[in-house]
Amino acid sequence: MNIFVCIRQVPDTTTRIKLREDGNGIDEADIQWIISPHDELAIEEALQFRDRQPGSTVTVLSAGPARVTESLRMALAMGADAAVRLDLPGDADSATNARSLAAAIGKLGQADVVFVGKEAIDDGAGAVGTMLAVKLGLPCVNVVNGIEYGDGSVTCRRDVGGGNIEIIETPFPAVISAQVGLNEPRYATALNIIKAKKKPIDTLTADELGVTDADRKTRLRNFELPPPKQPCRIIEGSPAEQANELIRVLAEDVQAI
Amino acid sequence: MKILIIAEHKNGALAEATRELFGLSLGQAEIHAVVAGEAVAPLAEPLGQLGATKVHLVESLALAGGTGESLGQALGQVVPRIAPDVVLAAHTPQGRDLAPRLAATLDAALATDCIQLSCEGDTVIARRPVYAGKATAEVEFTDDSLKVITVRPRSAKAPEPDTARSAEVAQATVELPEQKTALKEIIAGGGERPDVTEAAIIVTGGRSLGSAENFSIIENFADTIGAAVGSSRAAVDAGYRPYRDQVGQTGKVVSPQVYIACGVSGAIQHLAGMRTSKHIVAINTDPEAPIFQVADHGIVGDLFEVVPLLAEAAKNRNGNG
Ligand SMILES: Cc1cc2nc3c(=O)[nH]c(=O)nc-3n(C[C@H](O)[C@H](O)[C@H](O)COP(=O)(O)OP(=O)(O)OC[C@H]3O[C@@H](n4cnc5c(N)ncnc54)[C@H](O)[C@@H]3O)c2cc1C
Ligand SMILES: Nc1ncnc2c1ncn2[C@@H]1O[C@H](COP(=O)(O)O)[C@@H](O)[C@H]1O
Repeated sequence: MNIFVCIRQVPDTTTRIKLREDGNGIDEADIQWIISPHDELAIEEALQFRDRQPGSTVTVLSAGPARVTESLRMALAMGADAAVRLDLPGDADSATNARSLAAAIGKLGQADVVFVGKEAIDDGAGAVGTMLAVKLGLPCVNVVNGIEYGDGSVTCRRDVGGGNIEIIETPFPAVISAQVGLNEPRYATALNIIKAKKKPIDTLTADELGVTDADRKTRLRNFELPPPKQPCRIIEGSPAEQANELIRVLAEDVQAI
Repeated sequence: MKILIIAEHKNGALAEATRELFGLSLGQAEIHAVVAGEAVAPLAEPLGQLGATKVHLVESLALAGGTGESLGQALGQVVPRIAPDVVLAAHTPQGRDLAPRLAATLDAALATDCIQLSCEGDTVIARRPVYAGKATAEVEFTDDSLKVITVRPRSAKAPEPDTARSAEVAQATVELPEQKTALKEIIAGGGERPDVTEAAIIVTGGRSLGSAENFSIIENFADTIGAAVGSSRAAVDAGYRPYRDQVGQTGKVVSPQVYIACGVSGAIQHLAGMRTSKHIVAINTDPEAPIFQVADHGIVGDLFEVVPLLAEAAKNRNGNG
C-alpha cells in the first residue's frame, strides 16, 4: 500500500498572534510551530494502517517554506517512512496547496489512500483535503472519527454534528480526513527525534509541481485583532442575589432569554 | 451580480442557517436558490418569500440517500448552467463538505466559514476568522472566477418571510455517474437538546463538575433557558460528557449569543472555540481564572450553589413573564 499523509505546519495554539505592520499577515518572529492537531491524527492512522499491511510505506507531504521541514522531521520521528516538502509560500491558498499536493502525489506514485486533517487550525478552512481528492479524481470521506478496514474498501464513521454519525463505505484509493476520536496520536521518542534529524527530506519546487502564482484565487489581507474587551463586570451579592441579577441581565440587557 | 444560495433542508423544512443567508447584506444582487433532494418542490415557496427570485429544483432520488459525493457532482453540473457570480452556502457539516468539492470541480475561488459578508455592485467583501478566532482577515478574490463562500451560522439574522413574494421555479436535471461512496447507515445522536453549533445559548461545564451525574445541574439550567450543553475537554476526557459536546480547538467552534462557562478555567484551547461568542458569562470560584478575561459578566462563586439558583431564577422569571 502506498499511503500518503498531508500535514500543515501551524502556530502553536498558545502563541500570541501579532499582526504584521502592513496588516496583511502575522508577524512570524516568535512563533512556535507545530503540526496541526488533526494532522497528527492523520499520521497516526497512516502508521497503524501501514503496520497491518506488510510492505506498505507512509509518505508525508507538507507544502510550505523551509520552516515546515521541522514538522516533516517530527512526522518521521513518529514513524513515517519518507517526507517531501513542496516548496510554496506559507500563504499559498487552498486551491494552490491542493493543486500542488495532487501534482506531488502524481509524481511520487499511485496513492492507495491519502490521510489529511479535518481542518488546519490556522486558516480553519477544511478545504485542502477535499479539493485534493477532486483533483486526483478520488472519493473523499470527511470528518472521520472511526475506520474499519475491509478488503479493498473502508467503512468510515463520519461525524456530521449533533452527535449524528454517517456510516460511509468507500473503495480504495480514497482521501480520508481525520477528526478527533479517530485514534490517539503517539509521541515521538527523544531517540527517534534524534534519528529523524539525519533522514533525508526531498523538496519539490513549484516549477516541478507545475504551479505558479496564477493558480492563486484568494489572498488574506487587512487582518484585524478582536476589539479589546470591556472589563468583566463581576456580579456581587449573596448567591441568590447574584443569580437573580445575572438572569435579569440576560433577559433585559442581552435579551437572550 | 447573480448569487446562488444552496438551500439546506431537513424533514421538509429549510435549515435555519440557510434562512440566515438571506439576511446578509447582498445589495441589489439577483438571488437564486437551488434545492436538491427528493420531493423538494414545496421548499420553493419559503425560498421565494425569503427573497429568491428563482428557485432551481434538483429532484433526484439518488440524492436523498446519497453522500457528499453525489451532492457535489449534482451541483457541479447545475451551477454552471445557472452561471452565478457567487455561490453561498451555510458553514454547516453539509456546507463545509460541499463547498470545497464544488470549488475544485468548477475551478472556483473558495472562502469558507466567513463571519461577515456583503455584496455591493460587483464587489464581494468577506471576512473570516483565522488562528482560531485570535484574529480575522478579509478574503481578497484575486481574479474574477466564480466565488464559493460558506457563512458561519448565526452571522446574520434570517429575514421575516414576505408572503407577498414568490419565486419562479425551474427544474434542473442531473445525470450522476456511478457512485464510489455509499451511505450505509445514519446513527442519530439522540437528545432533544439543541447541538452546541446550533444553539443561541450554551451552558458549558468543566472538570470541576466532578462526575457525569453532576452534569444534571448544568442540564437542568440549560433546559430552563432552552440552551445547549457544552463541555471542556477535561470533562470529556474524564468521561463526564460525550465528545460531541466539546468546545474548543479540538472540539466545536461556536459563537452563540450567550455562552455561560461554569467551572471552566478558560485555557487558551478552550477560548479558541468560544471567544467569538457575543456575550460571555463566567462562573468560577477562582477570581483569577483566565475565563474572566474574556467574560462580559462574572460570578465568583461555587457553581454547585449558583447554577441551581440560576435555574430557579430563570424559571421564576418565565413563570412571571
Ligand atoms: C492540543 C490541545 C488541544 C486541546 N483542546 C481543547 C479543547 O478543544 N477544548 C478544551 O476545553 N480544552 C482543550 N484542551 C485542554 C485545555 O488545555 C484545558 O486543559 C481544559 O480546557 C481544562 O478544562 P477545565 O477548564 O474544565 O478544567 P480546569 O482547567 O481544571 O479548570 C477547572 C476550573 O473550575 C474552577 N472550579 C473548581 N471548582 C469549582 C466550583 N465548585 N465552582 C466553580 N468553579 C470551580 C477552577 O477554579 C478552575 O478554574 C486542549 C489541550 C491541548 C494541549
Ligand atoms: N500546506 C499544506 N501542506 C500539506 N497539507 C496541507 C496543507 N494545507 C492543508 N493541508 C491538509 O489539508 C487539511 C485541511 O486544511 P485546511 O483546508 O487548510 O483547513 C489539513 O489538515 C492538512 O491535512
